[in-house]
Amino acid sequence: MAHDDGQQLPIKLYLVVWGWLFVLSTCSFLVDYLGFEGYLRWFLILLFMIVKAGLIVGVFMHMAWERLALMYAILVPPAAVLLFVAIMAFESDYTHFTRVAFFYVW
Amino acid sequence: MTEPAPTDTLEAPARPGGWQGFAADWSSDQRAFKNVPWGKAMVWIFLLSDTFIFSCFLLSYMTVRMSTTVPWPDTSEVFILTIGGKKYPLLLIAIMTFILISSSGTMAMAVNCGYRRDRVKTAALMVVTAAFGATFVGTQAFEWTTLILEGVRPWGNPWGADQFGAAFFLITGFHGTHVTIGVIFLLLIARKVWRGDYDRQARGFFTSRKGNYEIVETLGLYWHFVDLVWVFIFALFYLW
Repeated sequence: MAHDDGQQLPIKLYLVVWGWLFVLSTCSFLVDYLGFEGYLRWFLILLFMIVKAGLIVGVFMHMAWERLALMYAILVPPAAVLLFVAIMAFESDYTHFTRVAFFYVW
Repeated sequence: MTEPAPTDTLEAPARPGGWQGFAADWSSDQRAFKNVPWGKAMVWIFLLSDTFIFSCFLLSYMTVRMSTTVPWPDTSEVFILTIGGKKYPLLLIAIMTFILISSSGTMAMAVNCGYRRDRVKTAALMVVTAAFGATFVGTQAFEWTTLILEGVRPWGNPWGADQFGAAFFLITGFHGTHVTIGVIFLLLIARKVWRGDYDRQARGFFTSRKGNYEIVETLGLYWHFVDLVWVFIFALFYLW
């Protein structure tokens, strides 16, 4: 196969990442179980989400060992989604405002 | 297909015209991704497009949730599992999450064995992965049944904003479809690995091309992506 040797990773690395994914998922549940609210809850949920996503893409999907050309081609375009999120947050805020202003039954 | 022989002369090699030329020009010697088999580059680009699809779903969910004036149903009360009269919030979702992570772990090891061309271990680990995936789909079917019996519909539910059902069924349904397709392909490829198709360069039934162990890695990328999407659904839909 046309692979460089960087792709031959020891099994132990997968087991460690696997363990971390379990730990991080448990942490996510604890956020709900312990009843954290508000910004702390959102921050922790997003933090665990990003770290888990990073471990899966980086190690399980081997992205950390790919060449930059592939890495950027795949990982940069989703950044556009963040802009989309901002636009839609703005838009739905406005929709909510108009609903409250014109359709709200007092 | 044969590779065109490299030429030292300055004049350009003759290229075919018509449809053959069209196909040749688009598929020929232009390569951006060095050291990456074409199947891997292509599956990455497919996953990128799939990322956009799931992003759009999650974005629409964010939009309807932010713009509704009706309270959003509390997920830790909606997704509740009752065992022996006791209620456990989000327990089923926890089980589903751990099942999917486990399947990702076994898939990663299958890919590792695939690199080393360990036929038996690769096939066995892929079957284990498929079993985890099928269990996940089974739990999801149970989850859907429970919610439908409780009266959740795409147009309404007993607890709050009507958009909840629409977002839930679309997002988890599309993800479940991905898992199901993954399970089917895992079993198909595991069978080929088990038979030794990739060791004796057997030609594929549909493509009549010789396959190799790279397909295990390609399939592994797809499978990990399914797990990756679940990480986002789990955080943004179930926990938020």
